Amino acid sequence: MLHPLLEVRLVTKYFPGVVALKEVNLTLQQGEVLALIGENGAGKSTLMKILAGIEQPNFGELRWEGKVIEINSVQDAMDLGIALIHQELNLADNLDIGANIFLGREPHNRLGIIQRRKIREESKKVLRRVGLDYSPDFNLAKLAIGQQQLVEIAKALSMNARILIMDEPTSSLSARETERLFEVVKDLKSQGVSVIYISHRLGEVKELADRVLVFRDGKNSGELKREQITHEKMVQLMVGRDVSRLYQRTPHPLGDEALKVTGLITTAFPNAPNSFSIRRGEIVGMAGLVGSGRTELLRVLFGVDRAFRGTIEVGGIVRHFRHPKDAIAAGMVLVPEERKNQGLIVDWPLDMNGSLPGADRHLRGKCFLSSRNERATAEKMIGDLGIKTPSRKQILQFLSGGNQQKVVLGKWLSLEPKVLLLDEPTRGIDVGAKEEIYHLMDKLAGEGLAVLFVSSELEEIMGVSDRVLVMHEGQISGELKRNELSEESIMQLATGRTLVAADGPS
Amino acid sequence: MKKILGILSLFIVVFVFTAWQNPKFISAYNIQNLLNWTGLFGILGIGAAFVIITGGIDLSIGSVVGLVGCLLPMFIVDRGYSIPTSIGLVMVISASIGFVHGLLITKMKLQPFVVTLCGLLIYRGLSRFITADQTMGFGNEYSGLRKLATGKLDVPVLTDGTGFHLPIPFLILFVLMIAGAIFLDKTIWGRYLQALGRNEQAARYSGIKTDRLTILAYVICSTLAGFGGIMFMLDLNSVQPSSHGNFYELYAIAAAVLGGCSLRGGEGSIIGVVIGMAVLRLLYNASNLLEIPTQLEFAIIGGVIIGGAIVDELAKRIAHRMRQSRKT
Repeated sequence: MLHPLLEVRLVTKYFPGVVALKEVNLTLQQGEVLALIGENGAGKSTLMKILAGIEQPNFGELRWEGKVIEINSVQDAMDLGIALIHQELNLADNLDIGANIFLGREPHNRLGIIQRRKIREESKKVLRRVGLDYSPDFNLAKLAIGQQQLVEIAKALSMNARILIMDEPTSSLSARETERLFEVVKDLKSQGVSVIYISHRLGEVKELADRVLVFRDGKNSGELKREQITHEKMVQLMVGRDVSRLYQRTPHPLGDEALKVTGLITTAFPNAPNSFSIRRGEIVGMAGLVGSGRTELLRVLFGVDRAFRGTIEVGGIVRHFRHPKDAIAAGMVLVPEERKNQGLIVDWPLDMNGSLPGADRHLRGKCFLSSRNERATAEKMIGDLGIKTPSRKQILQFLSGGNQQKVVLGKWLSLEPKVLLLDEPTRGIDVGAKEEIYHLMDKLAGEGLAVLFVSSELEEIMGVSDRVLVMHEGQISGELKRNELSEESIMQLATGRTLVAADGPS
Repeated sequence: MKKILGILSLFIVVFVFTAWQNPKFISAYNIQNLLNWTGLFGILGIGAAFVIITGGIDLSIGSVVGLVGCLLPMFIVDRGYSIPTSIGLVMVISASIGFVHGLLITKMKLQPFVVTLCGLLIYRGLSRFITADQTMGFGNEYSGLRKLATGKLDVPVLTDGTGFHLPIPFLILFVLMIAGAIFLDKTIWGRYLQALGRNEQAARYSGIKTDRLTILAYVICSTLAGFGGIMFMLDLNSVQPSSHGNFYELYAIAAAVLGGCSLRGGEGSIIGVVIGMAVLRLLYNASNLLEIPTQLEFAIIGGVIIGGAIVDELAKRIAHRMRQSRKT
């Protein structure tokens, strides 16, 4: 039998004080799509960095078509044909597509003048391979994010990549862009390119992967062949325990109307008035494609942006929010989409982040901070939410995504809000932390909070919501009760088709 | 505390070195002089620090000092306004300047560098225009008022038998420093300022009125520049509209940077800034006493600041590496 294209044998990697990888194995055949999954900190990124030449292993060996090799630098990896497509794209959006594809290795003549015609020709070839129908002269900034990603893949192909490592490639793509990417991956596969696909989205893994490799705590925890891949098995291997009750949802008695929105129009979608209401104890999911106006709606509700028209009532009183401070004062808080830019000051310690929105409440006298109150708030938050941190003084960027998100939640909960708005609260956090956040949402609803929950992951929307509002181009295109929920019904509304009643999707 | 340790040790090194090279350095007269100038410039530095902590910059400080230096004698001598009225007017004008800067930066979303650079040019031009480039001053009059800047206080233990008197500007600086440090580190508004300097968006999403606080920082800066301007005017008593206060903003910014403010915002210590200014004055003083040609003054100050920045960056990298190795 032929040697596999790439083999990782018993690779161990230490960082001072910790074992990041312990004797892990991986094999990759030519033209195979291998999904690599595991919770955050399971060692996926470390192994990928080793393959891309950014880190070197302490023990173990790498084999390329059966021969032992060393990858000592990024250049070595490139020479072999290993390309890493980062989560955040590394493109210069002030340049055109062709210039990006050949960035840093522009063909030039003896005078150093760039040979644009050559760039154009070569670029066209690789753009065709990823199915991107744009001229190489087209400005990169005008492309959608999913198309930019295809440019990055084209760039890797132009360097004769034989293995593409994709790290969470769909995290910022819309459903349509994701589909497009999948087509490209399948296409590349048929051209003999191998792909290592890292993702938290198990639905994608199921659709795309020939084989799934699962890591846990820096070790191999299992492998699933194509026909063995199921959601439950993947989660079980990742978490190491049974998570049949990942989504917790206990029915709560509904209370008064906590939030009522009438004819609300955001500036992004001036022709789409929306009306809905949420009662205390209710979790309302908001589904829709990326860019369908959900985030814009939340921003208006929270007072970040002004409403174009319409009224917002919280607790039965009409409110005019000119600033998030007004929304907070009315008892409505937002866990924003971008945790690190909007939710937290990541280079500050936990306790200072925790007291930030409530610094007014930490007054001693009228204007001074009280370190005693700050400590009490932080310690209560750590205890109540089970935040895993060495101390309340820990700088947040050194905590995991899940624990960071708990700090965002904790800073609001210390204010005892009435309405909780969540925008993609589980993005980029591992399954264990997701579970904790679902349980927390359920508990808070039980305590009488009204929860509005925006998510692009259909599974979690269906798992935790009492009711789902679906958005399409800024407009709520339909509402689904719990017993009407299905992926098909949500996607139909999200893509603007009217729901075919009762007989379901065709 | 950690933040000011570096600048404090630099101060001590230069101080001891100069004293060792030239004993005249620690004479009562020289120290008095040093404290006086540190006091005057330090007031500007504190203002600059507030703006820098928000992630902004104020290049107009020197021109505000110049404008105030022209307006004060104009109001008192030419217009015959009373002293309190004149000082009040000048302070209101300074505060308004900061307010306008803040509005342009937050509401019009102009860059601080551009807004205050234009301020630098505009206030300098206005000063020269309203005075027709004539030198302004009080001559031999108003010596009572001038005592505010030139006066000295006898301090029991220190003064006895040494001939040392504490210059009032330094006393004022000391009070401002304590007030500024308490404001920045102990009050909610200080915390908010640091938060918005570090991450404006997260601060806004936490319900902090970031625009208002940014405007406040520019008002503080220009008001202190105006107050400093009054003190400089009273001290020098002779104001050249075309040059009075030139480059003072650079001293203020340099002191803030030396004292641990990051130009990226969100970081800084008021006490550090004051020590930073003391280092700058000390270097100036030392280059005089050690008979280093005065032409080299700027070169020396620049060299020390860039050296400090390099040491600071290296120290941060080492600390980062140590933390990394402890973490993973």
